[in-house]
Amino acid sequence: MKAMRLRNNLIIAVCLAVLYFGIAYAMKQRMLSSFHQVNLYLMGINIIMAVSLNLIVGFTGQLALGHAGFMAIGAYVSAVMTLKLGQPFLLAVLVGSLATGVVGVLIGLPPLRLRGDYLAIATLGFGEIIRGLLININYVGGAAGMNGIPKLTTWTWLFIFTVATVLLIKNFINSSHGRACIAIRENEIAADAMGINTTFYKVLAFSIGAFFAGLAGALYAHYFFLIQPQTFTILKSFDALVMVVFGGLGSLTGSIIAAVAITVVNAALQSLGALRMVIYALLLVVVMVFRPQGLMGTKEFTLRTLLRQKGGSGLHDYRKQVD
Amino acid sequence: MDLFFAQLINGISLGSIYALIALGYTMVYGIIQLINFAHGEILMVGAFVGFFAIAKYDMNFFAAMLLAMLASALLGVIIERVAYKPLRNSGRLAALITAIGVSLFLQNGGLFVFGTNFQSFPQAFPKKTFQFLDGMITITSYQILILVVTILMMLFLNYIVSYTKTGKAMRAVSYDKDAALMMGINVDTIISATFAIGSAFAAVAGVLLGLYYQTVHPLMGFMPGLKAFVAAVLGGIGIIPGAMAGGFLLGIVEALVSGYWSTNYRDVVVFLILIVFLIVKPSGLFGKDTGEKV
Repeated sequence: MKAMRLRNNLIIAVCLAVLYFGIAYAMKQRMLSSFHQVNLYLMGINIIMAVSLNLIVGFTGQLALGHAGFMAIGAYVSAVMTLKLGQPFLLAVLVGSLATGVVGVLIGLPPLRLRGDYLAIATLGFGEIIRGLLININYVGGAAGMNGIPKLTTWTWLFIFTVATVLLIKNFINSSHGRACIAIRENEIAADAMGINTTFYKVLAFSIGAFFAGLAGALYAHYFFLIQPQTFTILKSFDALVMVVFGGLGSLTGSIIAAVAITVVNAALQSLGALRMVIYALLLVVVMVFRPQGLMGTKEFTLRTLLRQKGGSGLHDYRKQVD
Repeated sequence: MDLFFAQLINGISLGSIYALIALGYTMVYGIIQLINFAHGEILMVGAFVGFFAIAKYDMNFFAAMLLAMLASALLGVIIERVAYKPLRNSGRLAALITAIGVSLFLQNGGLFVFGTNFQSFPQAFPKKTFQFLDGMITITSYQILILVVTILMMLFLNYIVSYTKTGKAMRAVSYDKDAALMMGINVDTIISATFAIGSAFAAVAGVLLGLYYQTVHPLMGFMPGLKAFVAAVLGGIGIIPGAMAGGFLLGIVEALVSGYWSTNYRDVVVFLILIVFLIVKPSGLFGKDTGEKV
């Protein structure tokens, strides 16, 4: 078993290395147009957004609609660090993510006492408040936003941060803390009765999700060099939620696949202009009506399923959808 | 004092419109526990139907409103049947995402069909200004119209819900769906009827909104829809008098913040109130606290 796991990890590591060097080579040879590059970066950012939101919605079962607000905080804080304070990129990204995580704790504490739809509305409200405040702060450009942020998000950093996010969240979910989160999703009262500090774990999951959303925001700000409050509307939160539900609540690989697929569909429909969003929305409704559990359900796409080995994905089989 | 009264009257007009939208939200939520994000877009379609009826076909204002109500009611029922009904048993998140999808579809469909420009809504109703108390209070005929129409619609809704068979069935379904089914109530029909009534109210709000701001736009429904939803939550979601009270409260607060502080802080204040409310009294103004049972 141990040898098999080692072998599987090696295969994944090799695949990732091939992906990284392949694209790095293609970029060096100028084989990728700027359109492809933009979508490649968006893919990475969307994966981070989807995976971090899945931790909150899919694994802990707390419906949150304010992910764009977290992304905005990460983007603005890191942009202030590099643009206004002249700090290095890594420090800016770290500070941006940490600040978002702290905000996640602060605004997560009160409404996490709420359940279900009420939490959704409260987080939606927080997202709008953050955006509303950003419009009113002149230091960060008000409604016009911040322009001229140095373009420091390179393919290497994007790749490292995306892989690290997925790995960290995967390990968190497989730890005892992650199990506690899943227990809360399955039945909060039962989890409470089993001695799990539900508020602590809900806030923990919420702030970890916020931290990574802030990371996504920081990467976004340093690639597109222009951020505006207008970028982080509720539609952005919806986008992340769509990826999570589309991929399957409680499936990390599902989130990754959905993030990639949705970015590709968006890019492919770009030439259609106004019709693009119409088709996108229609696709969304059709997929939800015919496959409401999402592409992957709660299953993970693993090498085992690929190689048709026995054993399945263990714990995941017992999961049901969040209700 | 002039400013206070002016903003109060603005707030009541805006609040009436929010209340009308919030009613539809709250009815749908009460009956199938779904946040119908597409409600704001149903409002938009109603506003456009009214716009075309008046601008292109020279219809009377009230006839146009009636037509808009019919069109929106039909749209609401179609959305319910096509998008929400298949998902009734497969988790609330899936239904929520579908509602977001329908909302995006109608918004962008609207942008595609009607274009991205603001279209000016015809002044189909004579605009007069009335002054009271030596000019301290100024009311336009539009504001009176909005208030009167809203009150009439609310009385009408009260009649439907309290005294008709459909209304009784609606209350029964929202109280206990399975028990209602066993009592011989056709739950599907009642849910469709709820969508039809809620959507018709949204259409009235849409036409009034068009008249009030004198423009219509494919994205006009989104923000009022969101605000009205906040209003529904403030009043206690699923509770009809709560939606009315929440709508008026929100409209007045919004107008006072714009008048005395800054329009930029309007939305921030609205959502802050929402969060304070959710933390202090999550069941809303008129709601009762119900503990969760195992």
